[in-house]
Amino acid sequence: MQIPTRYEAGVEGNVLKANVSDLDFYYGAFHALKRVSMPIHDRKVTALIGPSGCGKSTLLRCFNRMHDLYPGNRYAGGGIVLYPDNTNLLAPGVDPIEVRMRISMVFQKPNPFPKSIYENVAYSLRVRGMRNKSELDDRVESALKGAALWNEVSNRLKELGANLSGGQQQRLCIARALASDPEIILFDEPTSALDPIATASIEELIIELKEKVTILIVTHNMQQAARISDYTAYMYLGEMIEFGVTDQIFIKPQKKATEDYITGRFG
Amino acid sequence: MDIEQKLENIRGIIVRAKRWDLFFTLLGILSLMVGVLTFTILFVDMAIEGVPRLSMDFFTSFPSRRAANAGILSAWVGTVLVMLLTALAAVPLGVAAGVYLEEYAPKNWITDIIEINISNLAGIPSIVYGLLALGLFVYYFGFGQSILSAGLTLALLILPVIIVATREAIRSIPQAIHEGSYACGATTWQTVRDHILPYSSAGILTGVILGMARAIGETAPIITIGALTFIAFLPPAPFTGEPPAGLFDWIFAPFTVMPIQMFNWTSRPEAAFTVNAAAAGFVLVFMTLAMNGLAIYLRYRLRKNIKW
Amino acid sequence: MSATLPVQVPLMTEFVSDRLSKKASRHVKERIIEFLLFSAAAFSVFVTVTIVYVLVKESWVFFQTVPLSDFLFDTQWTPLFDDAHYGIMVLLSGTLTSSAVALLVAIPLGTIIAIYLSEFAGFKLREIAKPFLELLGGVPTIVYGYFALTFLTPLLQKIYPDLPGFNLLSAGLVMGVMIVPYVASLSEDAMRAVPMALREGSYAMGATRLQTALWVVTPAATSGIASAYILGISRAVGETMILAVAAGMQPNLTFNPAEPGATITSYIVQVALGDLPHGSIGYQTIFAAGLTLLLMTLAFNLLGYWLRKHYREVY
Repeated sequence: MQIPTRYEAGVEGNVLKANVSDLDFYYGAFHALKRVSMPIHDRKVTALIGPSGCGKSTLLRCFNRMHDLYPGNRYAGGGIVLYPDNTNLLAPGVDPIEVRMRISMVFQKPNPFPKSIYENVAYSLRVRGMRNKSELDDRVESALKGAALWNEVSNRLKELGANLSGGQQQRLCIARALASDPEIILFDEPTSALDPIATASIEELIIELKEKVTILIVTHNMQQAARISDYTAYMYLGEMIEFGVTDQIFIKPQKKATEDYITGRFG
Repeated sequence: MDIEQKLENIRGIIVRAKRWDLFFTLLGILSLMVGVLTFTILFVDMAIEGVPRLSMDFFTSFPSRRAANAGILSAWVGTVLVMLLTALAAVPLGVAAGVYLEEYAPKNWITDIIEINISNLAGIPSIVYGLLALGLFVYYFGFGQSILSAGLTLALLILPVIIVATREAIRSIPQAIHEGSYACGATTWQTVRDHILPYSSAGILTGVILGMARAIGETAPIITIGALTFIAFLPPAPFTGEPPAGLFDWIFAPFTVMPIQMFNWTSRPEAAFTVNAAAAGFVLVFMTLAMNGLAIYLRYRLRKNIKW
Repeated sequence: MSATLPVQVPLMTEFVSDRLSKKASRHVKERIIEFLLFSAAAFSVFVTVTIVYVLVKESWVFFQTVPLSDFLFDTQWTPLFDDAHYGIMVLLSGTLTSSAVALLVAIPLGTIIAIYLSEFAGFKLREIAKPFLELLGGVPTIVYGYFALTFLTPLLQKIYPDLPGFNLLSAGLVMGVMIVPYVASLSEDAMRAVPMALREGSYAMGATRLQTALWVVTPAATSGIASAYILGISRAVGETMILAVAAGMQPNLTFNPAEPGATITSYIVQVALGDLPHGSIGYQTIFAAGLTLLLMTLAFNLLGYWLRKHYREVY
């Protein structure tokens, strides 16, 4: 099957949401991403795997311009193009805040705000100027339902988000990310701080979510990638080694380096 | 050397070394006791001399040449008014500066200069602030020897305290919260307004209380401005008087404050005035202790409450 | 090959144009807020500049009348007499003598307390002692002055009957106790910042607490402790009210603490209590004295800053 490397709509029904082309990234003088290219398929789950330090989180954080918060970082080379409007997210003229309004993020360690459950979810909406109480109520409810949390918290929306269990907190963060109807949700190792049961519920949730949203997930757990993703990208020391359909990567990888990692020979 | 001998030697060395440990422990406790003793004697001595003098009359009378009739009315009213002005000036300025330095300032030489300046200002003796006020507020701006000059001077004095407290409070907010807010698409100001300021407000409040506690006891800068030590009248009440200018008559009035009143009485040779000084001092120490205690308590509660 | 666009999620279009149109105004608002906050921070620079300007301006006029050599080397300070002398040395002697007494008390006591709290005391004791030290440091200095005059001096006079009612010793001792909390607190912070790994290495060799404290922790915390001392010196030199009340305000060139004396700070108070016409030479002396004081404190602050920067131990 031909993997589209640039925007070729309508090919086999697979459509691209974004495309990374020849992206370089520097932390100060350190060359962290080396000419990375990969497609992001619309409404599919793409997983980034690789050993520590390979640059997968760095790449993820390029998508919502998180690097801009810290001085000394530099994007170079190509960029990340978002479809359908063909905007290069990394272009100097593009406002990072605008980027973050279209692309949400869920972090490794759940970081709910020290506010009530309702307010945690409503924050993304308030930032967009939404004030109407009933509209907010509706959107908060649908976000919490989308995150499979509504049933557990509908009667205690005013309680502090921090009082929830780890798995619930993470789902709260997912609801927060969902509330603004993002085009892509970025997951940065979302279950590495959670116990196996919470992990399973998040994985189930991600599979449900992909019906509506494009998902890009970084994970150090290969089995997780194999379970939930449609496409997988393997990175090593800042380079994109191989990209392909998940089944193919795990059963018949094309590069030896990929095979070594997947079979546990290192990393 | 056989093993018994070796163990004997080691044990001997350890016993001797541990004796020094014990000695130092005693020394440490003794040193602490010097502080405790000084504080206790100071407080008790003032209490014994001063508390009997405390009465409704004392709080509601003006100073007088006859010790028995003298009171601290003008002094504590003056303190309240000056503190009001100090807070109004210092808090917005200090918090704004602290927020800028923690959330906005880039790492360049301008920021370095600002930071060096602030740590410098913290170390300047209070009497120099008095000289600044004399030249700038009293004469150059023409505010005169008034509550306004005093309030502004003390505001400048405690500004570094508030800035440092704000910065510490903001720094205790984990980076994950910042990132969570930005990831939702918030701007820097929205993040500051909706998250940083609310979560750090208790820490900032603690710093403000500490700053005010310091300002209440400051004498030297106020004397330098020329606060009179014998004031037998009250400044006009705030916001009375004919509008529009009359509303603010009170800030231009001459005045006195508690520490100066105590200083005045301490300088008089008559024993009766010493009693008055003790009474005024007791009230002053009580106020400062209460404020410091409140700040310490708040800080303690803070540490237990917020869950990140 | 036709490039058909994928199906748009309807809400997206509304959002995109909404956000784009707000962009300009959002940025302008952000910039204005940032500028306001920056002004608040930069205000501190303005304050420093103004302090220097005010002091230098009045001192400049002063030094037109009084030559600098007189100021530095004259051995009398009698600015308000007809035969006026302006030797700053007199005031400096009072400052130095009282500060020396204070530091002889504060530095040893403060360091011992710091080592004790950091390395020996249990958690409960530390939780009580630290707030208590804060309270001790928060007592208004006028109260300390009152205490020195009415309690300590009579007490000292029982031991040494020739001690005058106003003396630098009493004031210095009380000043020392007042400074102890600053020295102790900052030194203790510096010691607590030394990582446990260093201590573990020491204990693993069989060292006792005192040995670890003196040979490992204290050397590792040197820059913090040194800057604590410098802060103490700064405080002692700049202190006013304790000296104004208990040391008398009589300028006296002496290094004997058992005598009364005026310091730079208490002289300024004395003049301010009187009634000097604005612009007279007497008025200008306080600015010249203040400038001297400022230069001294600045030198100490810079020294402390430099020490912290250059000797900060990297763990």
